[in-house]
Amino acid sequence: MIYNIPYMASAILVIVGLYAVLFKRNLIKIAIGITVLESGVNLFLITLGYRENAVAPIYTNLPEGTSIPEGMTLPVPQALTLTSIVIGVAVLALILSFAVKIYQHYGTLDSREVRRLRE
Amino acid sequence: MNMSYVLLHAPALLIAIPLFAAFLTPIIDRFSKRVRNIFVLAVLIIEEILMIIFAWDVFTNGIHVYTMGAPNPTSTVPLQSAVPVRIVLEVDGMSAFMGLISTTVSLAAGFYSIAFVRKETGQGKFYTLLLLMLVGMLGMEFTGDMFNLFVFFEILSIASAALVAYRSYYGDAVEGAFKYLIISSIAGSIVLFAIAILYGQYGVLNIAALAKAMKSTTLDMIALVLLISAFAMKCGSVPMHFWIPDSYTVAPASITAMLVVASQASLYALFRICFSLYGNTSYVATSGAILILFGLLSMFIGVTMAIPQKDIKRLMSYHAISQTGYMLLGVGAGLYLLGNPDFSTHGMAAMEGGIFHIFNHALYKGLLFLTAGAIFYKTKTRNLNEIRGLAHSMKFTTIFFLIGAFSIAGLPPFNGFASKLLIYESVYHVNPILSIIAMLVSILTLASFMKVFHSAFMGPPMKDVERGDVPKSMLFGMMVLTAGIILFSIIPGWVVGHIVHPAAQSLANQSAYIRAVMGD
Repeated sequence: MIYNIPYMASAILVIVGLYAVLFKRNLIKIAIGITVLESGVNLFLITLGYRENAVAPIYTNLPEGTSIPEGMTLPVPQALTLTSIVIGVAVLALILSFAVKIYQHYGTLDSREVRRLRE
Repeated sequence: MNMSYVLLHAPALLIAIPLFAAFLTPIIDRFSKRVRNIFVLAVLIIEEILMIIFAWDVFTNGIHVYTMGAPNPTSTVPLQSAVPVRIVLEVDGMSAFMGLISTTVSLAAGFYSIAFVRKETGQGKFYTLLLLMLVGMLGMEFTGDMFNLFVFFEILSIASAALVAYRSYYGDAVEGAFKYLIISSIAGSIVLFAIAILYGQYGVLNIAALAKAMKSTTLDMIALVLLISAFAMKCGSVPMHFWIPDSYTVAPASITAMLVVASQASLYALFRICFSLYGNTSYVATSGAILILFGLLSMFIGVTMAIPQKDIKRLMSYHAISQTGYMLLGVGAGLYLLGNPDFSTHGMAAMEGGIFHIFNHALYKGLLFLTAGAIFYKTKTRNLNEIRGLAHSMKFTTIFFLIGAFSIAGLPPFNGFASKLLIYESVYHVNPILSIIAMLVSILTLASFMKVFHSAFMGPPMKDVERGDVPKSMLFGMMVLTAGIILFSIIPGWVVGHIVHPAAQSLANQSAYIRAVMGD
């Protein structure tokens, strides 16, 4: 049970993020929702690579007496997470710059009023 | 430099050349606009030529694999390991087919853009992003690695979203781009979540290695559902189609043509997941049925929404949704029959129809969006109630529009007819109702485009529009796509036999896909 808590936490973060994107009206809050969603996925990835009593996957930093593959956490999920975080930052920057532009054109961040396309 | 060396490294070169050129473009832009245009076009032409040579080799000699950073690029599995650890590019017939589509449409869009964006600011960045879109598409189509697929998916999304908002002095352009980016990043996160689920179970990221290890657990099913919903959302199939009209309408016309192909790259990923990753699980028939359902809904709802539209690009966007339905229907029917004895008779024909339709759609829909852009360039409006009589001054555009409209409506002898006929004949054996709906949608498409033709090109000429057609570079861009349509209309049998059949064959043949990476 206790081992499943990180998985549950990441699932909850994903659901909270999706909820914010789908039901919030403020564009900045939608951007926050996207970030929360991404954090949930990143947390899930990191949790997958965890091993009990293991050290960071740095080859030269290994304590005496630990065997190499079992004594370290999995390095691949960490590499994936790092890449995903970088992509997330780029996406967030672009979303926020769009929000700034929308505010300049429409004078509001309420998605109910930003609908010139639907006319 | 001999040919076999180029062919060996072609998968990496095709991605690396535009990636390198993309970041060289802003530097060249500082010195001369003219040199920059020539440079971008040269890169696109080189890509097209290299892609044709490479695709021909793949169609005749089978799957190419390329291991990034390995001393010998063809050795995918290192000696000390049982699974591939490096990033592997795997190009089979289907990937090469999609690569041909991407490079051809990019070339047309590149020529078209030269005149279309001449008066805008920030053109250096425009071409940088255009080349990055090509990188993203080719990367998604060539990769044999799940995480790499995600990375190129995000590159494509970010570049596309920035280009949709290119004319940011229109408020609605930013609005459309915002929707596009939100949809893309949700889809991206869902894809990554599914990849994490698969990695957690099998400890590998390579598609072939995953397919070999696949054990059909509940978690696999959850991952499949997540992947299908994310890629179906990104390719604009109906329950998740709402963003397509908004972002296609506001993007510059050449980018809209590119966005059509970008959506098809997601469609390719969807097919790759269903066929190559989940091809030997028990979910094949169910996912095939789901794709057929998505296809039917997209076809019907897309075309019925298109009929009342007044904005010419919005109307065409709804038709794009409707045509995506044909591809989902054709390939979905193939997936539904995969493994059945019927597959060799009807399933293969359905897949060929669906896959052939992807290429045809990219050509005629790209062409139609470019003509819509030409109309906007001339009249500064997209409202069909205000446009009339353009055939008096824009003779070439009128001809291009008519060819595109006949092709999308599936009139013989155009290429749209060839692929639609394959779909009608084969899905009839799955269920006759599918064929009837497909034909009905085709008739409605013709009706809708005749309405556009009549209101935009016929009637007395508009007063405040200057005489003459659009600039030559725009006409040339449209001509590239028209030439493709005419070529495919003249020799559909040869195209199906030599290009489409190898693509469909390689998509259906999962064991060959696995063997190319994992060995025997």
